[in-house]
Amino acid sequence: MTPELGHFALALAVAIAAAQAVLPLMGAHNRDARMMAAAPALAVGQLIALLTSFGCLVWSGVVNDFSVFNVAENSSSTEPLFYRITGTWGDHEGSILLWCLILACCGGAVAAFGRNLPASLRARVIGVLGFTSAGFLLYTLTVSNPFLRVWPPPIDGRNINPLLQDPGLAMHPPVLYSGYVGFAIPFAFAVAALLEGRVDAAWGRWVRPWTLAAWCLLTGGIALGSWWAYYELGWGGFWFWDPVENASLLPWLAGTALLHSAIVVEKREALKTWTILLAIGTFSLSLCGTFMVRSGILNSVHSFASDPTRGVFILALLAIVIGGSLQLFALRAPVLAASGIFAPVSREGALVLNNILLCSICAVVLTGTTYPLIAALLFNVALSVGPPYFHLTVVPLLVPLFAAMSVGPTLPWKRADLLPALTRLWWAAAIAALVGIAAEAGLGRAFAAGGFAAAAWLITGAFAELVERVRLFRVPLSVTRARIAAQPLSVWGAAVAHAGLGVTVAGIAGMSLATSTIVAVTPGATIRLGGYDWTLLAMHDAPGPDYTARVADLRVTRDGRQVALFHPSRRTFTEQKQTISDTAIQTNLVRDLYAVIGDERNGQVVLRLHVNYLAPWIWLGALVMAAGGGLSLADRRLRVGAPARRPVATVPA
Amino acid sequence: MTRKRRRLVLLLACGVGLGSATALALTAFQSSVEFFVSPAEIAAGTESPGRTVRLGGLVEAGSVQHSDPDGHPVVRFRVTDGKAAVEVTYTGALPDLFREGQGIVAIGAVQPDGTFSAAEVLAKHDENYMPKEVVEALKKSGRWNPADGPPPPAATWDTLKVKSAGG
Repeated sequence: MTPELGHFALALAVAIAAAQAVLPLMGAHNRDARMMAAAPALAVGQLIALLTSFGCLVWSGVVNDFSVFNVAENSSSTEPLFYRITGTWGDHEGSILLWCLILACCGGAVAAFGRNLPASLRARVIGVLGFTSAGFLLYTLTVSNPFLRVWPPPIDGRNINPLLQDPGLAMHPPVLYSGYVGFAIPFAFAVAALLEGRVDAAWGRWVRPWTLAAWCLLTGGIALGSWWAYYELGWGGFWFWDPVENASLLPWLAGTALLHSAIVVEKREALKTWTILLAIGTFSLSLCGTFMVRSGILNSVHSFASDPTRGVFILALLAIVIGGSLQLFALRAPVLAASGIFAPVSREGALVLNNILLCSICAVVLTGTTYPLIAALLFNVALSVGPPYFHLTVVPLLVPLFAAMSVGPTLPWKRADLLPALTRLWWAAAIAALVGIAAEAGLGRAFAAGGFAAAAWLITGAFAELVERVRLFRVPLSVTRARIAAQPLSVWGAAVAHAGLGVTVAGIAGMSLATSTIVAVTPGATIRLGGYDWTLLAMHDAPGPDYTARVADLRVTRDGRQVALFHPSRRTFTEQKQTISDTAIQTNLVRDLYAVIGDERNGQVVLRLHVNYLAPWIWLGALVMAAGGGLSLADRRLRVGAPARRPVATVPA
Repeated sequence: MTRKRRRLVLLLACGVGLGSATALALTAFQSSVEFFVSPAEIAAGTESPGRTVRLGGLVEAGSVQHSDPDGHPVVRFRVTDGKAAVEVTYTGALPDLFREGQGIVAIGAVQPDGTFSAAEVLAKHDENYMPKEVVEALKKSGRWNPADGPPPPAATWDTLKVKSAGG
């Protein structure tokens, strides 16, 4: 009964979404206040219907109803409750329903927090969100229904993929999707602005908090995925330039550019058309990211063709949403008034540079990710683009970006002189140069030294603007303290976010110094790696809830002193007959000891050992970046002109 | 500066950004695109030694041999597309899903003696999933056409065991 209720609620959501797409847009067009006023109620109604639907699916998993296809495929009665719940979004159907639910949350958030928007703009934004919702809900209902029953029901479910039985990855899709889908709101604002034919500073002020919230979530989602790859996959790396990873990086790059260009719209009423285009582009990349990955077209053209109805449906939907919005852009963009002017050397100029560089990086990553697909379709050649391509193209573009990142925020608006700005940054440059020279002398590795210098430059540069604003050491300390308290939170937020990137860059530079070895040893043997002695003490079996594990006792000593005693293992899952390596990591934030065990033959065990430097900094940096975004969101100034009754800071998910 | 000049500067900046991105992408493509080759192509000797390529196919049943000279694990196995088989040497730990009869992708280069030296061996984390390189190899060898439906289960590919290379 519960699944049928969920199925019904899903169908109801489609109907409400269709109404939400039609009524407010018509109302806004005909200036019919009653039709426009229906928008928030419909958005909330759709959200309630989808919450019910999703709740029913989760409940089916919780009570082990294996007659439901989604539950039978992703859950089993032996699993703990947590994974029975998270198994809901473990497959295509369930995750798309989650995606739709988050989109409905966006509509609900605009309905709840957008009461001060002009009536027609609000109706149009909700209408555009409803239109998008209706399309993807229809897809879910017709070709990707998670409530399908299987007959006869299996006695037990197939269990979630063992690799996904992990708290980090279980929470990865909701966070990542919230980020992806959050960009639907700036997209809806952009399309609504095109329909209205008007973009002004107020529009920029409304769009920016939503963009910022989505950006924070996407940053967290990507970091979570990368962290999971590091500790769960056990390959010793954190980013593999896999199409699936790139699909999440692309909207992040575009979203970061959007975040910055929206500032220009808000402060200076310039770059309006460009910001609209960027909002459309960011959400388009999010859409492509979700559905191209989920449909598997990036991995293989054939896996896409194996389910043509879904593939064609998704392609048609993407064509309508992306193509339609671009068509609208082409028609209406010239209507938007010409933007304010500014000198090339100015805060706006620096933000334009930021946009050019971020979009260039986005373009080269997009090219590298889709080239195998293009080559297969057009030239019928099978090839693959590996990490070297991305390193060769992205790193040279990052250099000017990093260089400009510390200078840009110190430039005044409208017109600036580069020289005074640079002289104010002399101490940041000096620290960066010192760090770089020291690293080069100590390590002798140019890439790492460059990375550390860039990190130092970003972190010190991030706070240079603040130091300048509080006039540190130039006025009495009490005055400085008062000035610190008076600084708006958004200034702090920007500084923290920029510094967070510096922390991540330091982590990546540290990881480039990692050493590793693969050996086959018998228990009792000692291997030397990275100044540590690794002794394999013994191998033994250990039972688990739904697997049996083969565990190694590994002791690591340095100069005779024990540093770590840990237990990498290999788990064989009885249900799926799948073997998963369980990585053992011991970290002190500066270096990670990382061990994975492989096959066992003739009493010998294959051991893969890594000493990774500064690895946790990569994800800590991302966390700091997201926290910086959060600080900015908490700033009241962001809401001046669009004062919300409740803080906008609560995130649309 | 006039409005026109400013627009010119903006356009120039965009041009430089796009231009350098294109130039970077093109030069990187030249050196870092990995082409896919099938065992049959290597057996035919058309592949020039030393170039990094991706070899896709099924691990021939009964061909996996382990040895540990000086403590580093070395694996030798044969990769087949049902038409020809190529000897692959790999030093390191094999992925968890590496099994005989399973589709794998080996990244490395052909050696002058016709064997393949792999720097990396990939097996996907799903027993039902076929890497695209393997699909490509099986299609090229004419053993399986994806248009005819899903591939036969991995276990039955053992019957494709090739007696000698090029056979």
